[in-house]
Amino acid sequence: MAETNGNSGNGAPAGNGSGGKSVLTTLVEGSKEVKDRALKEIETYKKPEKTDLWKSILRVKHDETPRSRALGVLSNVFLHLHPAKINRDAVAYNYTWGMGGISFYIYIVLVFTGALLMFYYHPSKVVAFRDILYLEHDVPFGKLLRNMHRWAAHLMVITVELHMFRVFLTGSYKRPREFNWVVGVILLVLTLLLSFTGYLLPDDQLGFWAVTVGTNMARATPLLGHDGPFGLELGMTPFNDVRFALLGGSIVDSNALLRAYIWHCVAIPIIASAFMVVHFWRIRKDGGISGPAPVMLESEIKERR
Amino acid sequence: MDWHQLWTILATPDNVPITLLLFVIPFYTWYGLRQSLANDRLIEKLEADPALAKTHHRKTQPYRPEWAREVHVWPYLLRIEFLAAIIVTIILFVWSIVLNAPLEEPANPTLTMNPSKAPWYFLGLQEMLVYFDPWMAGVVLPSLIIVGLMVIPYIDENPLGNGYYVYKQRKFAIWTFIFGFIILWVSMIIIGTMIRGPGWMWFWPGQTWDHNRLIFEVNRDLHEILGIRNRWVAFFLGGGATTLYLVGAAIGIHKLITLTPFSKKIYKRMSLLQYVTMQIFLITMLSLPVKMVLRLLFRIKYVWVTPWFNI
Repeated sequence: MAETNGNSGNGAPAGNGSGGKSVLTTLVEGSKEVKDRALKEIETYKKPEKTDLWKSILRVKHDETPRSRALGVLSNVFLHLHPAKINRDAVAYNYTWGMGGISFYIYIVLVFTGALLMFYYHPSKVVAFRDILYLEHDVPFGKLLRNMHRWAAHLMVITVELHMFRVFLTGSYKRPREFNWVVGVILLVLTLLLSFTGYLLPDDQLGFWAVTVGTNMARATPLLGHDGPFGLELGMTPFNDVRFALLGGSIVDSNALLRAYIWHCVAIPIIASAFMVVHFWRIRKDGGISGPAPVMLESEIKERR
Repeated sequence: MDWHQLWTILATPDNVPITLLLFVIPFYTWYGLRQSLANDRLIEKLEADPALAKTHHRKTQPYRPEWAREVHVWPYLLRIEFLAAIIVTIILFVWSIVLNAPLEEPANPTLTMNPSKAPWYFLGLQEMLVYFDPWMAGVVLPSLIIVGLMVIPYIDENPLGNGYYVYKQRKFAIWTFIFGFIILWVSMIIIGTMIRGPGWMWFWPGQTWDHNRLIFEVNRDLHEILGIRNRWVAFFLGGGATTLYLVGAAIGIHKLITLTPFSKKIYKRMSLLQYVTMQIFLITMLSLPVKMVLRLLFRIKYVWVTPWFNI
């Protein structure tokens, strides 16, 4: 210590001169101070919800107060389609069957597995079938992925139809929800079309003949198909009618595969998503789900508008 | 009885959804109608006792005056949604692990599959091809199904049954929908999947799908059965028969929608446009079972033959 003093002899050893403290002591004291600060700060991390980071992400407190429960739903982009509160009976499974929500969830599953499948698939006649074989035998979990995409698609058709059945049985399409029923019918058709366009993509016998059968009906379209009523009279041939437009050719071949792929992976999902947005938005705007509403008696019917 | 054939049909991976439908549709029909009947009983009670109707909460769900009318979405709804998502995920995982998606040989335009079937949800439409020409079964009727579904809210003038299960207040609507959805749509899907074999021939469950089977049935047009050769006589006869059906069906449907005093009241609320729209769709819907009977029982192919189209 004395040596250190001597070395820095010229002039006052600024700062640490008084009391004869060395640089090392200062360092030790300084680090103690930092340690105390760190310990103090760590104490606050035990309550992460108090940190600025936490607050910046979640914005509201998540405690047991009604206000927080409401804000938790309203201030979340994924949940804000829900109201903060709903009728206590509206959560009853026997009323809703949950089929609308399940259909939407299955749609999300399908988008997810579908996007993963797109990594392994080329919509080209040369490799499409081989891609499926590759997917089934070499891609990790490829078989599971494809199975899940297919069964989810089938399940979605069933849940959408059951959803429609429930909405009909509860008369939920009645005023003010008339137009949302129309949107729902469009979504049902889009669901079927999504499933159907996906059928051709493995390019196997099953899909090929299903699509051949399906599109052969298009040649019989009245006015617009070359085999349909008044088609010939309007100048329809196999090379300019509505079937040609669907297949991009007069036979189910590479163009048909590419068209099915684009409709299946890009066009219809975008259209369906847009209609879903409208569908959900209108549920909110029409006052949430329709019931269970108090029953109305025949004697209480009001005159028509 | 060919059990193996039956098992082959039921166990085809793509047919599993239909097997699922066989259970799920009857279950939910029962599940919904059970609540309808419960509400029917409640309505009967309230109508008999006007004083009770004023104070009753008018639902079959449990009720206590001190209970809050509304609950928080978080957690009371979100936990249900979360649970539903988990259950669906588990079902999908198990289903996908147990059962492989079908993959046939590579597409081969020179080798026709027999039977060559559409995806199961379109088998109702494919089954309609037996009874109608493709322009009707494949294009016109599907479009009418879609548009017909869309117009339901605009032609149903019955203000009762909005937001609750009920049967007695909506008998006609419920029977019509069940007829269209279950009897026509679902059961034709089931026929198309399980009954129709090679050559789209009718095989009863358990009958072997014999690819060499020949059926010598002669389907004839209506005028041929009556022995009419002249094209123009046949044309007007067919047109007459079709008109007869249209008028007969319209009268029958009118009788049905004005059957009870209540349905008469609803009928009076309808505008002319609503009434005509409803008639058009119901007549068209009814033409399918009528044509099925004509075809399956009387072996009639076309009722009306014209140079442009055949019905």
